[in-house]
Amino acid sequence: MSLMDIPPPYTAVTQHPVFPKPGHDEAARFNFLANFNKYMAAALGAGNKLAYDKRILPAFVKEHGREPKDRFEIRRVMNKDPWHRFWSALKRNSMEMRQQNGRSMVLRQLDELDAKARQYNEGRDTLRLDPKVLVPRYQSAVDIHCMPGSHHGEERPGDVSAGANYDSGLFATTAGGLGALSDGGGQALVEWIKKERPGWMPKRILDLGCTIGHNIVPLALAFPETEIIAIDTAAPSLRYAHARAQSLGANNLKFVQMNAEDMAEFADDSFDWVQTTMFLHELSGSALPKIIKEGARVLAPGGLMLHLEQPQYSEEMPLFEQFIRDWDAFNNNEPFWSSMHALDIPEIMVEAGLPKDQQFVTGVTAVVDETIFPKQKQGEGEDHGRAASWHAYGAWKPVS
Amino acid sequence: MSEEIDWIARAGTKAKGKRPQYFEDPAIDRTLSILMALIGEVSVMRERLDTIERLLEDKDTISRADIENYEPDTKAGRERGMLTKEYIARVMRGVQQDMEALAQAGEPSLEELSHTLRDM
Repeated sequence: MSLMDIPPPYTAVTQHPVFPKPGHDEAARFNFLANFNKYMAAALGAGNKLAYDKRILPAFVKEHGREPKDRFEIRRVMNKDPWHRFWSALKRNSMEMRQQNGRSMVLRQLDELDAKARQYNEGRDTLRLDPKVLVPRYQSAVDIHCMPGSHHGEERPGDVSAGANYDSGLFATTAGGLGALSDGGGQALVEWIKKERPGWMPKRILDLGCTIGHNIVPLALAFPETEIIAIDTAAPSLRYAHARAQSLGANNLKFVQMNAEDMAEFADDSFDWVQTTMFLHELSGSALPKIIKEGARVLAPGGLMLHLEQPQYSEEMPLFEQFIRDWDAFNNNEPFWSSMHALDIPEIMVEAGLPKDQQFVTGVTAVVDETIFPKQKQGEGEDHGRAASWHAYGAWKPVS
Repeated sequence: MSEEIDWIARAGTKAKGKRPQYFEDPAIDRTLSILMALIGEVSVMRERLDTIERLLEDKDTISRADIENYEPDTKAGRERGMLTKEYIARVMRGVQQDMEALAQAGEPSLEELSHTLRDM
């Protein structure tokens, strides 16, 4: 039995100074979910393909005289299959339980958490909130990830419940794949850039849609001389993000409440690196190109634009895989997920002024302490949509 | 304890967004939610018992604080992970066997087999 098959215990998660303190049973609930999610992907995930190959596809071909033409047709017929329905119902419950379990732990100790966050937030100019920034419609339409209140929700004015709940449960949904600080994505960026551009010292980095800042803190610590700004529209997440970053010693990192569609206060060509991590799929059809355009505008010539996401759907990707990757869109409140993954990101970057010959796509896998946290499966047995490995869609802005 | 908010009620609040219905009878959706929560809680109780057993191996009396603060070392963490993994495989057996049946599509019923064997 390899280490890969068993998630580490929740007690291996780093309890940084503003992390909610789990009681014994609260940790055990996350242990159950981490194991359950692993089981659903590794042991039962293959059942969906079996149901498709053995009965859904043959029945479809018999009825229509052809195979399904897209992932939507597959979804409509798979949603009638009793095995897939049951698998989906189980998985949906796991997502809902993760939210209830996290919120129960966080809200029980919200007084203490708010007090701890205040210690790190009050009187510091590295957190700037702006009540004039509205929650965009694409963020308020549904609570994404089935997370009540989403990233902008508050149980009472000024609290950190949304951020603390999000932080506390990343372990369970990824079965520990993101590491002790759930920052395997950010750690991967650090490792990637050190190999890609050894010795490069960006002066300013901008992180868009940072939520709790878990993926930008590693960059801030790796480049202590760099001025880093992380923006998001959600004040409750930013309050937590800032306290979390400060408690981890990331003092060169400033959090600003701002909508990335309009970053007028940032001058043209003023950042050496503009990035998002698992953010583009939370936008909308009109917001995404606007944000990439704004990002390209504030990016300095010679600078790096980088977006970490799950792989885009392409003609090479089998329709069944596209369908199963779409699960979160329709079952876990990710309404833009399906359309985003079909977008032509390279073309959108071209329109933003980042020509194709300056673009690249590369694979990035979470960097974690592998003596404790398991490397995650890809391909067969992968938990699609949550695998701790991503595609990085990037471009270097032309110098002239 | 958070004084100002009803944290127990708020913990379980519904996320905005219409919930998919997975079964023809909505009562099955609800029953499965309850069952899943119970399956989770049994796992929690089993883990708590394991904690108590491990603590008692080291000393004669333990307090609730000992239980709350228990952190398994790597070996104990793996053993407890195995316990949970094995428990989940047991409760999910029916679903897993349905999956195996998918791979064996076209199996004759026992009644058909019975007739075949009778006439052989």
